[in-house]
Amino acid sequence: MDKPLSQYLDLDNPQNLDAYKTTGGYQGFETALNMQPQEVQKQVSDSQLKGRGGAGFMTGIKWSFVPMGKDAPKNKYLVCNADEMEPGTFKDRWLMEGAPHLLIEGMMIAAYAIGADVAYIFLRGEYRLCATRLQQAIDEAEAAGLLGNNINGTQYSLKLHLHTSAGRYICGEETALINALEGKRANPRAKPPFPQVVGLFGRPTIVNNCETLCNLPGILKNGSQWYAELSGGPDAGTKIYGISGRVKNAGLWELPMGTTARHILELSGSMQDNLTLRGWLPGGASTDFLLPEHLDTRMEYDAISKVGSRMGTGVMIVLDDKHCPVGMILNLLKFFAQESCGWCTPCRDGLPWAVEILSRIEDGQGTQDDLDALQQLCGFMWIGKTFCALAPGAVEPLRSGMKYFADDFQQHIDHKGCPHGH
Amino acid sequence: MSNEIPILQIDLAKQQVVNYRDVLSQTEIDAIEHECSLYESRHAAAIDALQIVQKQRRWISDESLYAIANMLGMSATELEGIATFYNLIYRQPVGEHVIHLCDSISCWLHDYQIIANHLRNTLNIEFGQTTKDGKITLLPNVCLGCCDKAPALMLDGELVESLNIETLDNLMQGLSRGQNG
Repeated sequence: MDKPLSQYLDLDNPQNLDAYKTTGGYQGFETALNMQPQEVQKQVSDSQLKGRGGAGFMTGIKWSFVPMGKDAPKNKYLVCNADEMEPGTFKDRWLMEGAPHLLIEGMMIAAYAIGADVAYIFLRGEYRLCATRLQQAIDEAEAAGLLGNNINGTQYSLKLHLHTSAGRYICGEETALINALEGKRANPRAKPPFPQVVGLFGRPTIVNNCETLCNLPGILKNGSQWYAELSGGPDAGTKIYGISGRVKNAGLWELPMGTTARHILELSGSMQDNLTLRGWLPGGASTDFLLPEHLDTRMEYDAISKVGSRMGTGVMIVLDDKHCPVGMILNLLKFFAQESCGWCTPCRDGLPWAVEILSRIEDGQGTQDDLDALQQLCGFMWIGKTFCALAPGAVEPLRSGMKYFADDFQQHIDHKGCPHGH
Repeated sequence: MSNEIPILQIDLAKQQVVNYRDVLSQTEIDAIEHECSLYESRHAAAIDALQIVQKQRRWISDESLYAIANMLGMSATELEGIATFYNLIYRQPVGEHVIHLCDSISCWLHDYQIIANHLRNTLNIEFGQTTKDGKITLLPNVCLGCCDKAPALMLDGELVESLNIETLDNLMQGLSRGQNG
């Protein structure tokens, strides 16, 4: 099958500009340059590409809110969200380290489609190797005249800059990311206005995830029909799926959208010897737990929602029978409590409170009332009660964990300790 | 050693007396000016500027903070709000080497606590502290994106993956050899 993303991937020695071009690189961008920006938008809309950052919003629709035409504001921005910090997720790092030119080309296509003249890669600070390789790719593209003024003799000009952040999960939220890029404390912004209209420095701005952008060169080169047919289901294209936890070979694979979770688990060689699967998170720390009985679910947005979770980043985390579910949930909640920006009360106070209760339960000091308090907290931190999606994201593994591993919680309370010896 | 983290206090009056040219080197100034040129506003270079100065001086002192704020035309408190927001900006002195050990979920599932305890015992410090000889600072870090090769840490910006006690000991020995050599 076609692998429009990983066909360019070389983690040890990524393709330079010439090698990338020899294998078909930058053909998508050249195709786009010969089209009107709105035509590029239409092709991406027709492809049914959905955002790969976690929310799964249609990329073409997201773009369609950007003011276009001669009356549109002069400065517009495209930003690549490469602030990959979702625990258990490492797919964007893989793409940037292994195929830096693929991302640069994807960004050039997106920037052209929305009429942006400046683009930024917002990269997490810990990804040093990505930074080096991306900067090399940018320099090469600039030297070859693919970036800069009057690209390929057209009227179109684009500058592309790498912004290296310094480590904070909330910067992955697109309005917080925009504040961070402006040199402000990275609290999320109120919506509306949406970034497509009032974004970076008050200008129309599109923020797209790294993997989303990497899909664009193939769509432009081979067409939306080809892209839709890559998968057998309702969600188009391929996806970088992956798995971590106590499996034999954790890793990432580019597979047709809608591959089952069981297939991904099998690709990893399944659970390590003497371990049994107890539960799994489909796409990062902020997705609801699912059980072994859900393994035949297709990893696509609607199918995962139907069984009570979210596709998220599509990189699974598995819980084995030797690790304590309460301990796992405590670890996840500690992360969210630390990374809360502190802007709204339910998140700032609710998450540390949940951590305190979970720690007590894990230490064998928990009571029946603590379980009720945790349930109540799930409500206090749910969608509509908070400023952004961080706290609701934290609630997902907590509420589903309390449902699926209720016996484990009860054992901690009844036996005043962790049955797994943590 | 105390586990208490000192509360940092910004003396606003000081900002007026710090001229960035008296504090920052020309190299730092040039690098920060370059970053400023990439954005519509000078403030936007704040995080870049903090990283540029930290690269030279290992951490961001109050003096550095005032100087950068002065150079970017922002208040020191505003810049402090940014500096303290990020995990990789150090507002206290750190050792010659900084270890960030990942404590997120995939590393937890690979029992990173064994690695954490071994580091604490070997270095005889707690997380957030620096060894008495000023050599190594030990810090926790959220998910480093090495989930397929857990447990992992970051040493002076370089990722070290698939950790076990043996690789950890080799790494520590390498660091102390560096001290003697």
